[in-house]
Amino acid sequence: MADTTMVREPDEHPDLPPPATEVGVLGWLRHNLFPTWYDALFTLFGLYLVYLLLPPLIEWAFIKATWSGNTREACNPEGACWVFIKVWFKQLMYGRYPNTELWRINLAYVIAAVAIILLFIPGFRWKHWVGVFLLVVFPVIAYVLFVGGAFGLRPVETALWGGLFLTIVIGAVGIVMSLPIGVVLALGRRSRMPVVQAVCIAFIELWRGVPLITVLFMSSVMFPLFMPEGVNFDKLVRALIGVMLFSAAYMAEVVRGGLQAIPKGQYEAAEALGLSYWKMMGLIILPQALKMVIPGIVNTFIGLFKDTTLVLIIGLFDFLGMVQLAGTNPDWLGFSTEGYVFVAFGFWVFCFSMSRYSQALEKKLHTGH
Amino acid sequence: MAVEDERGPVAAPARVAFWNDPRYRALFFQILVLGGVILFGAYIVNNTLDNLERRGIASGFGFLSKTAGFDIQLTLIEYNEESSYGMSFVVGLLNTLLVSGIGIFFATIIGFLIGIARLSRNWLISRLAAVYIEILRNIPLLLQIFFWYFAVLRALPSPRNAISVFDSMFLSIRGLATPRPIFEPGFGYIVIAFFVAVAAAIIVAVWAKRRRDETGQQFHTIYASIGLVVGLPLAAAVITGFPLSWDYPVLKGFNFRGGMILIPELVALALALSMYTAAFIAEIVRAGIMAVSHGQTEAAFSLGLRPGPTLRLVIIPQALRVIIPPLTSQYLNLMKNSSLAAAIAYPDIVLVFAGTTLMQTGQAVEIMAITMAIYLSISLLISAFMNWYNKKMALVER
Repeated sequence: MADTTMVREPDEHPDLPPPATEVGVLGWLRHNLFPTWYDALFTLFGLYLVYLLLPPLIEWAFIKATWSGNTREACNPEGACWVFIKVWFKQLMYGRYPNTELWRINLAYVIAAVAIILLFIPGFRWKHWVGVFLLVVFPVIAYVLFVGGAFGLRPVETALWGGLFLTIVIGAVGIVMSLPIGVVLALGRRSRMPVVQAVCIAFIELWRGVPLITVLFMSSVMFPLFMPEGVNFDKLVRALIGVMLFSAAYMAEVVRGGLQAIPKGQYEAAEALGLSYWKMMGLIILPQALKMVIPGIVNTFIGLFKDTTLVLIIGLFDFLGMVQLAGTNPDWLGFSTEGYVFVAFGFWVFCFSMSRYSQALEKKLHTGH
Repeated sequence: MAVEDERGPVAAPARVAFWNDPRYRALFFQILVLGGVILFGAYIVNNTLDNLERRGIASGFGFLSKTAGFDIQLTLIEYNEESSYGMSFVVGLLNTLLVSGIGIFFATIIGFLIGIARLSRNWLISRLAAVYIEILRNIPLLLQIFFWYFAVLRALPSPRNAISVFDSMFLSIRGLATPRPIFEPGFGYIVIAFFVAVAAAIIVAVWAKRRRDETGQQFHTIYASIGLVVGLPLAAAVITGFPLSWDYPVLKGFNFRGGMILIPELVALALALSMYTAAFIAEIVRAGIMAVSHGQTEAAFSLGLRPGPTLRLVIIPQALRVIIPPLTSQYLNLMKNSSLAAAIAYPDIVLVFAGTTLMQTGQAVEIMAITMAIYLSISLLISAFMNWYNKKMALVER
């Protein structure tokens, strides 16, 4: 019969292309921006927001901005005056550190950068030594370079330190010191010895309960009273101690969270193997606990780094403090917005990359089932 | 150590030397720690007393009743130059609580909105929320306060060219001028009606819950409560003839007269605090909602619940269990961060008390102790509440 020849094999049937509204740009738009009428409203609202904010911002920051020149007269009043940043760049970066000695800071930056890059090279064999160098040798080198007074280096008093350099010094010292102190405090809080536990709890809760600003106030007005006659701490050292103790208390709580999350079996297994307390903590518990709380630790670091700006209240001129100072210069009144944007961008880059790195590390170290 | 020997009886456990006995060791360490703390404390107290004596500063809290002699820009209670230092402390504390309250209120609203927007399946909205969160939380709060105060509010027009909202609120370089409510006699009845309504709503809720437990009948407590809380005060207002009028700010000369002036420091601080904290709250809200597994939604649907009740009865209660503890600590952070007020001269407790009063009296130890004790006690109170709440809400497992 002729009819049977009319039955077509499936493969003869030409595949229709998917509807244009389901794939490609149109499909993406339909699914992600306009699935329903109220989603469409939201999208339009979002677009309106973007329209409201973005073009004026770009116009201010780039199109009408002034990049060259050396005086405020060179600036277009309608746009950003990046000349302000250019003129004050040295102060924003190094404070009032003597110009002839800037190489010392830069040298320390370079050494630190090389060491950190080496740490990031996958499969680099002497990573441990680089780590030891960074934590033990480098601080000594940096101290000698920054403070001077040895090896024929001219002494530079800390009152001249400032800008991003000071922010990094306070942030780095706080970060490096707060973790070990925090771990000890957390172990103390989990200790079975009531006196040790009570001392640690009191210490942690005291620092966590008060704002950093009162800690800094205290370190600047009360430390001189605490010390015997004649002993005088540098202003920067006082601020550093304040920042350190404050962030150590926060760190302790983060680490405690990790310690509590370790199943009891791990402790019991370690004890059954006959490990001493410190071996049990150092080899079994802490490696697992710290790994578990990496996000919390990095968040504390980020918080600490942002909090370093508070030192300007006790008269240290950090990155932000330098902008405040430059903004009060009679020649440059009214340009603080540019300064704020610049500083904000600087902090944002540091904090955002730290948080992204912690996310990557978390994924890398995730050995869960 | 006891070693089992194949040849004979088990050796009796050897007597551990007392310096290897964990009990004695613990005792020793604790005595060491305690001794160290006491010695350190004594050293500091001794030095401090020495230094105070040398500087001729009398210690004690007597200074609190002396006349302060300085004025404060923003006071919620009666205060003038003749008031005591103690009063200046109260004024500062109230100002701290005021800005914290405003900050918490707006941070919660903005934070929940942004957090939900972050979860939206609308790509643009969720991207915008992500941009907001990533920008705001990675920039120091102090910088944001400076930005709002020096860059935005300083750029506002003078009172003559103020930006007006419905001709009743005026935003200018002198701050935000808003109408001030004037409570006429009889307003007390409305307040009483409000509290009666709240009490009645609670009673209705208890009754409704008991009836539901006994008979399974539902009662729309929420509508009854809204009706009571809105209706009763409204009725009282109608009966007493609306004993509330507004004092509008009017431009006279170079500034506004009348009304209520929110000083720019307060506006900047509240703005920065609430926008900064909102970024963190948004992340908390997002994490809380995502922590409720999708199986819960599916289970609720398969039980025949509709999307509304699913959200209200299944998702939100479970999400809140995750959200509330970190949310409270954000509130606490906001309260502590409000101390940054000192940087833009908003008269909070740190500026007024730990700043001006300390400079005038030189009583550093007492003033810092009081200031820190205040923050500490608020923190401890809230953490105590949190622990209680956590215990109450924790999953009861078999």
